[in-house]
Amino acid sequence: MLGAFLKKGDVISGAVLAALGGFIITQARAWDYYTLDGPGPGFFPFWYGVAMVALSLLLVLNAARTGSDGEAKAGVDWPATGRAMTTWLAFALSVGLMDFLGFLISFALLAFFIVAVIFRRPFMTATVVAVVCALAFHLIFPVALSVSLPTGPFGF
Amino acid sequence: MDIASGLLHGFAVALQPSNVFWCFVGCLLGTIVGILPGLGPAATIALLLPLTFKMDPSGGIIMLAGIYYGAKYGGSTTSILLNIPGESSSVVTCLDGYQMARKGRAGAALGIAAIASFVAGTVGVIGLTLVAPPVAAFALSFSSPEYFALMCLGLALVVLLSGTSLLKGLLSLLLGLWLTSIGTDLFTAQSRFIFGQATLLGGIDFMVVAIGVFAIGEVMSSIEAGEESKVLPVPRGIRNLLPNAEELKACRFAFLNGSITGFLVGCLPGGGATISSFIAYGIEKAVSKHPEQFGKGAPEGVAAPEGANNADTGGALVPLLTLGIPSGGSTAIMLSALVLWGVKPGPLMMQESPDVFWGLVASMYIGNVVLLILNLPLVPLFAQILRLPVYVLFPIIFGISIVGAYGASGRIFDLGLLVGFGLLGYAMSKLKYPTAPLILGFVLGDAMERALRQSLMMSQGDLLSLVERPISAIMLSLALVILLIPLLGWFNRLRVRAITENG
Repeated sequence: MLGAFLKKGDVISGAVLAALGGFIITQARAWDYYTLDGPGPGFFPFWYGVAMVALSLLLVLNAARTGSDGEAKAGVDWPATGRAMTTWLAFALSVGLMDFLGFLISFALLAFFIVAVIFRRPFMTATVVAVVCALAFHLIFPVALSVSLPTGPFGF
Repeated sequence: MDIASGLLHGFAVALQPSNVFWCFVGCLLGTIVGILPGLGPAATIALLLPLTFKMDPSGGIIMLAGIYYGAKYGGSTTSILLNIPGESSSVVTCLDGYQMARKGRAGAALGIAAIASFVAGTVGVIGLTLVAPPVAAFALSFSSPEYFALMCLGLALVVLLSGTSLLKGLLSLLLGLWLTSIGTDLFTAQSRFIFGQATLLGGIDFMVVAIGVFAIGEVMSSIEAGEESKVLPVPRGIRNLLPNAEELKACRFAFLNGSITGFLVGCLPGGGATISSFIAYGIEKAVSKHPEQFGKGAPEGVAAPEGANNADTGGALVPLLTLGIPSGGSTAIMLSALVLWGVKPGPLMMQESPDVFWGLVASMYIGNVVLLILNLPLVPLFAQILRLPVYVLFPIIFGISIVGAYGASGRIFDLGLLVGFGLLGYAMSKLKYPTAPLILGFVLGDAMERALRQSLMMSQGDLLSLVERPISAIMLSLALVILLIPLLGWFNRLRVRAITENG
């Protein structure tokens, strides 16, 4: 029962936001609340931190009182969520690689992954989309518009 | 400068060849974005903003505004042909537009949508032209307490209308206020919430938040949804896109209703095109002699919401340009763009930046004509855009997002933040937290804190000073009422119904 309760999005997000509110209050208390010139740097964050804690606790209580929310009732489509999260992880990895490989290669790898793995298109289609997209971005932004993008060991 | 001479000056600016070009580019991009499900105007404006940094402010804002209202024109195409709204403001158009298309009247439905958009869009700009100067003149009497109260009122309205849960709207707003506090306090140079990262001393770039929450979040949600549909055939030739005399006669009142409702609702922060289209549809159905036809292909059911969502643009620019208060995500990004160019939206904008203010207003008259020309004969061509595979579109959006976030600062660190905000946008969408209050909190948070602290400095810490001034007292009371009325069961049911019926 407790496990099902904790799985509810409102409870989890409410708890996370309450913790964030608590952190904001703790930080704000370390700064001046009021100075001779007027409200200090801790004044505004303290009050929105208090509001955040109060409202998120209300959200948690509300979720506990009203039972399962719509999402929980309908059930989470895990394969679809997994697809979105895998895309996000690939995006995060490609950003992590950008410092070492540069934009062109990292972005081509990301595009290839999205087409080949997420959308399950043939290897050749994925390769063509990745190469064409990466080259088009390179030609439009750094070459034509002089917009700087992360560069790798090969200078692009 | 009076209204007539201001408008003439505006046309002199807007009719410069370069500005006509940017207006056309904005309208074209907006139409394309409106047609593409999964990429909204806010995300597009955020993505393209870095490219406008080197542009002249007049040309830049003319293009961004073109994207904003162009997307509303284009949004109807997918609603009518696919039963999938390109934008949330086109949800209501699906009800009768798709039914008309199924009856073989796709051309007439698209034609009615384009005509309603043109008529109401123009009425909205006329409203903006006439209403903005007196509002700005009134706002000249505002001081810090009034500005603080105005921001509270604006944010309360946004929270009220942006999602079914008021609590989640408020929490989203508070998250935005926290994010904007990250960096150095301008009053005391105290660093706040920087987690030991010197790169955060300057704060988080707005672009990174907007692109992450809107563009990356939307792409992830679209990948999760994985929708694919077949487009209905569009009749070729302008004659086949024009509604017949009977249909036009039926839409007379709907054009007027959409225009007035859209403009008035648009003026309210948080009102937005989605709400205005719903209200206009509701009015149209309520006064109709044959309400049973609605939802089965009534032409008025297309004309009223399409008109409203376009007239809304003129209304939404009234608080943005005269008070510096954006009414939603897209206008919040436009506010940031203006600030980046050194233009300060507010009551003095007409005097300080007449080229930008009146140039933008005049360009919208031109933009509406451009959109009518683009939308009537080119709809069959635009519909082909729907055939662009999503597996090509999504990598392109990721690429533009990276360019946009990195281009603003040139730091890989910002790309890391982009990844984080993308996940935040997706999580908010999954958990039904509205994103507009977060963006508005982020945009207005700094100014709101400044106004509050200045007010308290002026009154030597007396909080009552905020309610002793009549205008600020009225606005704060209204904000409080707005946040409390959902406690009335019947009102909240009405509010939730209005929002859920609009997706």
